[in-house]
Formats: sequence, structure tokens, C-alpha cells
Amino acid sequence: MISRRSRGASVAAVGGFAALALTLAACTPPPSDEDNNAGDDGDREIAEGCEAFEQYGDLSGTTVTVYTSITAPEDQPHIDSYVPFEDCTGATIEYDGSREFEAQLPVRLQSGNAPDIAYIPQPGLMASLVRDFPDAAVEVGELAQSNVAEYYDPSWREYGSVDGTFYGTPLGANVKSFVWYSPSMFRDAGYEIPQTWDELIALSDQIVADGGTPWCAGIESGDATGWPATDWLEDVLLRTAGPEVYDQWLSHEIPFNDPQVAEALEAVGSILKNPDYVNAGYGDVQSIASTPFADAGFPILDGECWMHRQASFYAANWESAQPGTTVAEDGDVFAFYFPAMSTDERPVLGGGEFTVAFADRPEVAAFQAYLTSPEWVNTKIPLHTTGGWVSANSDQDTTLYASPIDRLSAEQLADESATFRFDASDLMPGEIGTSAFWTEMVNWIASDKDNAAVLDDIEAAWP
Amino acid sequence: MTTTPPPPQTIATRVPGETDPGASLGPGGNGRGKVSRPRRGAIAKERLSSPWASGIAIVIAIMWTVPTFGLLVTSFRPSADIRQDGWWNVVTSPSFTLQNYQDAMTGSTRMVDYFINSLVITLPAVFIPISLALLAAYAFAWIDFKGRELLFVAVFALQIVPIQITLIPLLSTYNDWGLAGSFWTVWLSHSIFALPLAIFLLHNFMKDIPKSLVEAARVDGAGHVKIFFQVLLPLLMPAIAAFAIFQFLWVWNDLLVALVFGSSQDIRPLTVHIAELAGTRGQTWHLLSAGAFISMIVPVIVFLSLQRYFVRGLLAGSVKG
Amino acid sequence: MDEILNNAGLWIEYYTRPVREWLLDADGAGHKLALMVVAILLFVGVMGGILALVDRSRRAPGWLVTVAFVGPALAAITFGLIYPALRTIYSSFFNRNGSEFIGMDNYIQAFTQSQFQLVLRNTALWVLLVPVLATLIGLIYAVVVDRTRFEKFAKTLMFLPMSISMVGAGIIWRFMYDYKQTSAEQTGLLNQLLVMVGLDTKQFLLDSPENNFFLIIVMVWIQAGFAMTILAAAIRAIPDDIVEAARLDGLTGIKMFRYITIPSIRPALVVVLTTIAMATLKVFDIVRTMTNGNFGTSVVANEFYEQSFRQLNAGLGAALAVILFVLVIPIVIYNVRQMRISEEIR
Repeated sequence: MISRRSRGASVAAVGGFAALALTLAACTPPPSDEDNNAGDDGDREIAEGCEAFEQYGDLSGTTVTVYTSITAPEDQPHIDSYVPFEDCTGATIEYDGSREFEAQLPVRLQSGNAPDIAYIPQPGLMASLVRDFPDAAVEVGELAQSNVAEYYDPSWREYGSVDGTFYGTPLGANVKSFVWYSPSMFRDAGYEIPQTWDELIALSDQIVADGGTPWCAGIESGDATGWPATDWLEDVLLRTAGPEVYDQWLSHEIPFNDPQVAEALEAVGSILKNPDYVNAGYGDVQSIASTPFADAGFPILDGECWMHRQASFYAANWESAQPGTTVAEDGDVFAFYFPAMSTDERPVLGGGEFTVAFADRPEVAAFQAYLTSPEWVNTKIPLHTTGGWVSANSDQDTTLYASPIDRLSAEQLADESATFRFDASDLMPGEIGTSAFWTEMVNWIASDKDNAAVLDDIEAAWP
Repeated sequence: MTTTPPPPQTIATRVPGETDPGASLGPGGNGRGKVSRPRRGAIAKERLSSPWASGIAIVIAIMWTVPTFGLLVTSFRPSADIRQDGWWNVVTSPSFTLQNYQDAMTGSTRMVDYFINSLVITLPAVFIPISLALLAAYAFAWIDFKGRELLFVAVFALQIVPIQITLIPLLSTYNDWGLAGSFWTVWLSHSIFALPLAIFLLHNFMKDIPKSLVEAARVDGAGHVKIFFQVLLPLLMPAIAAFAIFQFLWVWNDLLVALVFGSSQDIRPLTVHIAELAGTRGQTWHLLSAGAFISMIVPVIVFLSLQRYFVRGLLAGSVKG
Repeated sequence: MDEILNNAGLWIEYYTRPVREWLLDADGAGHKLALMVVAILLFVGVMGGILALVDRSRRAPGWLVTVAFVGPALAAITFGLIYPALRTIYSSFFNRNGSEFIGMDNYIQAFTQSQFQLVLRNTALWVLLVPVLATLIGLIYAVVVDRTRFEKFAKTLMFLPMSISMVGAGIIWRFMYDYKQTSAEQTGLLNQLLVMVGLDTKQFLLDSPENNFFLIIVMVWIQAGFAMTILAAAIRAIPDDIVEAARLDGLTGIKMFRYITIPSIRPALVVVLTTIAMATLKVFDIVRTMTNGNFGTSVVANEFYEQSFRQLNAGLGAALAVILFVLVIPIVIYNVRQMRISEEIR
């Protein structure tokens, strides 16, 4: 859309037209956009299979631009999942994925070139965008609001709200408390899946004693280098200190460098910074910092690495390492639940993306609502033929998941006995969650900065 | 430090290379240096001509070519090989493919689009500042007006302004004008950033055109416009070419301006795209290497075919803002 | 009346909308290329039009002619350089979204926080090392290949990196530095060399602080060709009589270089050093492509981008841009002073 003020700039270029129009200076205003569109295909028949889309109305001729961090080839299921919406409503969805998404979105908001809808991977980023550009983000429309109320746990609405206003509807979800391993390697070596933290450490020691290197890890991720390490700390903190401390910690009710956090970091260090444990297939402890997170688990396929702690979405990566890799409990790779201190507790760390609208037009609101509907979720799940995508929508059909890990994740998300917590770094202010926390965890590994200094420096950066 | 008295500073100072015979320009040559041209070869025999010199030359030449060569070879290797071992292994097990280039150009990365964007961004960003700067340089060189010296020094001094300092306010101005997300923002920004250097450079060349030529035209009753087009412009073509190449390379290779203004997919140039690809390394060396060379091919061709002018431009005004 | 004017405005907007959309929203290769041609023609046309008007009216006063020639460029510079620069200086005294005046706080933060002190230290390293190394290597190379049979070819080899983007150079070198553990098959040439001489492989881009040095090499690699070109031209311009006189005094080889060549090209050396220093201050692409500023390698120009566009801290970003500007000034003053001195000698 071109803003009203652009008139001044363009007039010079089209002086001829201007003169013409001025002589016609009519007493009636010109036909507006809406009049234009109402024209030809106003009363379309509702096509077959489109009953669920009737509520969105006829959106022929409209376009919704979507801006995301998801690029090829992972973007294809997204693009394909819009087809029913496009076919039934007549709207066109323009998808634009950029790896520089997080850097570019603020630029685009600042320059008034905002996309209609953006998929924002962190609530913390969403909060700072909303606060920095109060006029840009649009509150979630009624239809989407009622969908979220109906199909999602109330906590999701909370994650998507900034200062009490609901801006971001949940899109995808993931479960981070997973350890990837090779079932066949475990079977051949006679290893059992550990059920508690102590068993996990015991297994690691056993692998070392048997001459292997148990863990592989990687935290390199371009602009966002360091995030996998923050997940480690969060996941362990949830286990060593419990969800209440976790909540206090992320909302800064206790300082970032609280002794309980130091204890958790110590525990993470006992794995990630233990030269006997890491970094299978890549080198020493330090190589964790330069190993791309996307590749980090691959040594499992070569039999060099035994365990790799990473979220459910990592399932999609195996295919690129070795086409034909099967992700299943009896396949080439699978994941077990990252064990808690005891079998009585079941904390689950997870994350998710949010859909935020930056344009107040009916087609945008309709599309945002569509993305919260079970129709969309159930359209999209089967499109991920190799898995790697999970929804937290309660009305989904979990049998549709092609990948057992996704089904497992969806079940974890729905499990009443599990204690779900959202990724803390995603909820913290940007200065921490996408800056100091990342860089200090990188320093912790890359230059062996000591625990206390790392936590103190993050605390000092808290705004 | 030295016991030998320093020799008189005979080299024209601000522009050290102006006395290079290759860089002289126009019928009168370069009037400012006033230096006797050195006879070629006089100094050479005194130079460090020894096996050592050749050795150093070869070592440096290797250091300056091997990195590029390595990536070039890599870009033609099958992606599985790239991950498996180093590019030097092609000596023992040569296996080449064009698949990487095909994937990069037309595959999911669609580099063809970004290539066109780069082209569309670059050409106007070369033409616009040249046309503006030519006029201004002419005025600074040949029209007498009040405050001319001061103004010229001010323009010259603006070369040092880091473009970083201008980006955010420009961004919001473009936004207010409704230009955001279009090619115009990138064109305008590059053009403006280039102006101080362009004016300075073209002014230097214009100054060197003999006054008599301009005077003669004036006596014949030619106005400024006529003098500009009929007398000066033809003589200035080499200078314009020099600046054009400079600006072409600058814009084509730029990342910062493109990142800030050219973020939307429709206008995103190659550099931004490749920098993005580089963000996720490991798996993508085959795309990254091919992509890097796709982005390099145009500037390298421009550069090699017009190197003479480029060197002249460097020698005449080696301060880029 | 107001309503008529308003309607007129809307009519203009209505009729010009297709044109505006065509001008602003280009998609598809054909449209883009056409727009490119239109933009060039439009611009050249407008400039030509101004000149034609000035020329047509014989009675045009002198000042009008001047304004027609200088005006567009000055207007563009004022709009695109001077005004934004002042604006940025102004906002550097405000908080992250410009809503609150906070005085020097951004600058204090930039100079006192350890994170930014590291950035300043790195920038200092770059600005000192890149010009010196690039000039040194360029000078040596210029001298050793001068008047050899392969001079032109040899010079092109070193010059070529100047024509490629820093993004491209960053990728080329990241591949050189590629790391694999010692026991594995190497893909990076430098680590392969280390393995061949029996050493352990090294994380070139990770080990701080020396990783800064490995990034700096990339900039030296790019800039040496520039130094070589300028210095080669300056060496050629040394007048024969000086060389003859020196030779009569018995100077040869290294001594000739030390006492005649170097002092003679001193002004050129100053230009080369200061020019490279200024380019280095603003370097951003290399750091961004190779490490993203991680592992203690960030520099001011990268931190500017980080703060302005990633951390959304407009105030701090502006302060960093201003610091960048202030850091350039001493280099320029030195440059100008050196010019003056050598001009006086003349």
C-alpha cells in the first residue's frame, strides 16, 4: 500500500497526469479501492470443500504478504498450506522468507515497509517491536481471538500478549527437552535409555569408559549464535531448581546470577565443558562454538556421537545429512525425553512462533484467524512428510503426523502431567534474550569464561 | 632518522600519482605536477633485483591468489566431495560439476532474481551521481561565484562522513515519502553518498583542461551549457569512465546500504543474499562458493576490461567517503 | 473550496496511482529492467531540461545559471548527508526509541561497558594494523615486480581482490580458515598446512584475541592492491636527477630504497595510509560475513548495525555512528596537515 503522503513525492514524476486531473477538479471524490474490488466477482459461489472458509468472506483480489525467517526448502509446507485459503477466499498470500529476518523486520517496520503478517519466533522480540513501534502492530482480530481461546492453552495467549494486549497468535510449537540418539547403536552397545539425570551422567561415563565420546553439540547459528546453549541452561535449570524458580528467573524476580542458576550452569558445564564428553565428531569443547547447530547431531549417523540434546524440529535436519534416514523408535535416529532429576517430575521446555499482523485489513485478519484454525493445522501437518513441525492446537489430529517424534512432541504438549515452560530467553528482554545471554554463553564455551563471570555479565546487561 | 637530507618534494602532493605518464589527461596533460617525467628504466636497475626479490614476489602473488582459487575450484566440485575433503584433492581425484551453479541460479535460492536486482540497483546508481556531479563540478571549476572556494572545500570535506551516520534518518524520510521498499531508496542513497567524491574527482579533471580552450569557446559566444557539452564533455570521457567504474564496483559490492534500504525480496541484491547464505554455513559450501562467484563475475569483468580507467580514478582522488 | 481542493488531490492520486505503483512496486525481471531505464532517462532528462531552460533564456542572470548547475547536487547532499548527520548526532543524546533525553549516557555506555571497550579495542587494532600491513606489502610488491616481464599480470593478481565484494572476500577466507578436528580430513587449506607440519588444527575464527588478526588479514588482502597501485605510480614519478645524484654518492640497493625512494614517496605513503585507515574504520561486511561479531571480534561499524537494527537501540546506535565519525576526523586532519607541509616544501 502506498501511503497518502507519497503523493508529494511522485507528483513531480507524473506532472502531466497531475495537470490533467486538476483541470477536471471534480466536486466528487474518486472511486475508492473498495468500490473497485467489489466489481466483477462479487457473489462467488462457495466452492466445494470451502464451507469452513465461508466465515472469512470473499477476499478476491486481495493480497496478504507474509514475512518469515523460514527459507527454502523448509518454507514449502508453509506455502502449500495456504492453498485451501487462497482457493476458497480468492486472496493471494505472498510468502517472503529471509534468514536476516530478525535484523530486517525492525528495519522494515521503521521504514514503513511492514509486511502484513510476520512470523515472530520469540515473544521477547515481539514485545520490543510492539513497544518500539506502537502504531505498527495490530491487535488480534475477534475471529482469531476466539479460535485461540477455544483451541489453545490459555498460557499461549499470555505469551502472545504485550502489556495486556493480545498481538501474537500461536503458529507452530516445538518441544526442546529431547536428546537425540541412535536406537540401533544403543541396542548394540546394550545401553538403556536413562530415566533420571543421574542415569544420564552414569551412561555418559559408561560410554567414556567404553572408549566413546558421548555428546556432540553445536551452537553456531549465524546472527543468533549461542541460542542452543541457552536452551541447555534453561532445560537444566527447570530440572535442578524447578519451574517456580524458573519463572522468577525469567521475569527477573531473582537476579540472573542467582546461586541456583549458577548451580544449573555448573551442571550444564559438567556435560558441555567436559573434554571427555564432547565434542564427538568435531573436536574439543571449543569446537561447540563453531559447529553449526544444524549439523551438530550428524556424527550420530556416523557412529561417532551417542547423544545430542536438541529440539523436536531437529528431525527435519537428518534428511539433509543422509537422505533416507528414518526417524523412529526403531529407526536410525530417535529422541528420548531429556531426563529430570527424578521420574516423578516431568518438566518440558518448549518454544513456538507467533503470528503478528501489521496491517488492519479484513483479509489480513482473516488469514491470521485461518492460521489459528484446526483446518489449517490439519492441512499443514501432513505436508511435513519428513516431520519437523508441531502444533499446540488442541483440536488437531495427531495421527496425521508423519514423524513419530512430532507425534511424541504434540502429545508432550498436551500431557497434563508434564510441566510446560516456554523458552526463557525468548521471553526475556531483547538485551538479554537475543544479545547478552547468547554472547555470554558463546564466551563461556569459546573462550572458557568462568561460570560466575558469565552470569554476572548477563545480570549487568539486564535493562 | 636519516642522515641524508630528504630530497626536494617534487611529486605533486595531494594526488601522488598524477605525474604518472599514464594518468595524464586531455590535450594539455596534467598541469599541476610540473615535474619532469622520469625516463623509464632509469631507476629499475638500481632496484632490488635479486633472486630474493623474485622469491618475495612469487610468495606474495601466491598468497593473493590461492584463497580465491581454492573457492573457485570448490564451486565446481560435487557437494558431497566438498564436505568430504579439501579442494586440493582434485589433483589426485578430479571430479567436476556445474550442478552447484545450476542449483544456485535456479534452485530454491533463485540467484537469477538477485542478480537482476543487483543490476537494476547498480546502473542508475552510477548514472545519477555522474550527471549531478558533472554539473556541479563544472560550476566549481569554470563559473565564478561568491563562496565558491568555501563551498567546494565543504563538499570535499563531506567525503569523510561515514554513511552509517545518515542511514536511520534517511530511512524515516523515505518512509514519509512513501518510497520505502522501492528501488528509489537505494538509487537515491547510493547517488547521494557518491556525490562528494564524484564532484571532487571530476572537478580535478576539469580544472586540468586548458583555460584557453574554454576561453576560445566563450569568445565565440558560447554559453555555459554549450561549453559544457561541446568543449568539456568529450574531453572528460576518460574521467567519467574512471568514476563510473569506481562507483559501479562500490554499489555492486555494497552490503550495508543494501541491507538497510533493500531489505524486501523484490529489490534485495546479490550481496545481501550471499551474506544471508553465509549465515548458515556447513551444509551450504557448494551453494555459497557458486553464489560467491556468481556475484563476483560481473565486477571482475568490468574491472579487468577497464582497469586502466580504474587505476586512473584511484590515482586522481584516493579518498572515498 | 477546501473540499474541492481535497477532491482534486484525491483525483490526482486516483489517476496517478497506476503510474506510482509502476514506479514504486517493481516485480518481475522485465518490469525491473524497464524501471531502471526509466529512472536513468528520467534523471538525465530532468538535468538536461534544467540546462536547456537556462540556456534558452539568454537573459538568465548569472546566479540562476550557477544555481542550475550547483543546486541539484548541493540539495541532494544537504538532504542525504548533512541533514541526516545532524539528525543522528541529535538522536545520540536520546534513549533507545528517542522518547527521552538522556544526555551523554549512550556515550558513557559505549566507553565504559566492557562489551563496548572490547569493540573499541578491536577497532583500534584494525585501524592500526590494516593500513600498515597493506601499505608494507603493497610497497614491497610494487618494488619487486616493477619493470619485470610479468609486471602487468603480477599487479593484476594483487589488484583483483579490490574488485570483489567484502562479502565475497569474507567467504573466500572463511573457507581458508575452515576447521575440522586434527584427526579428520581437512577442508580448510590453512588447517591442512598445520596438519602437514604436524601441528593441531586451529580455530582461526574462534580463538580470541588472535581471531581479530585473522579477520584483519582479509582486509589487508583487499587493500594491498590499492596501496601497491598508488605507490608504484609514486615510485615511477621520482625524478631521474635525484636517483643519478644518489648513485654518484654511492647509494645502491636497500640504501637507495631507504634514503631515496621512501622519502620521495612520503606524501603518497601518507595518502595511502590514511585512506586505508578511513576505509578500515567503516568496515562492516567482513566481520558480519565471517563471525557476525561473535567471539570477541566486533568492531564499531558492526556494533552500530547490531545496536541500530538488531537490538533496536536507536540512541546507542546513533552514538556509535557519531563515534565512528569522530574517529575519522584526526586521520583527516593528519592527512591535510601532511599535504600542507609537503606543499610548503614545494
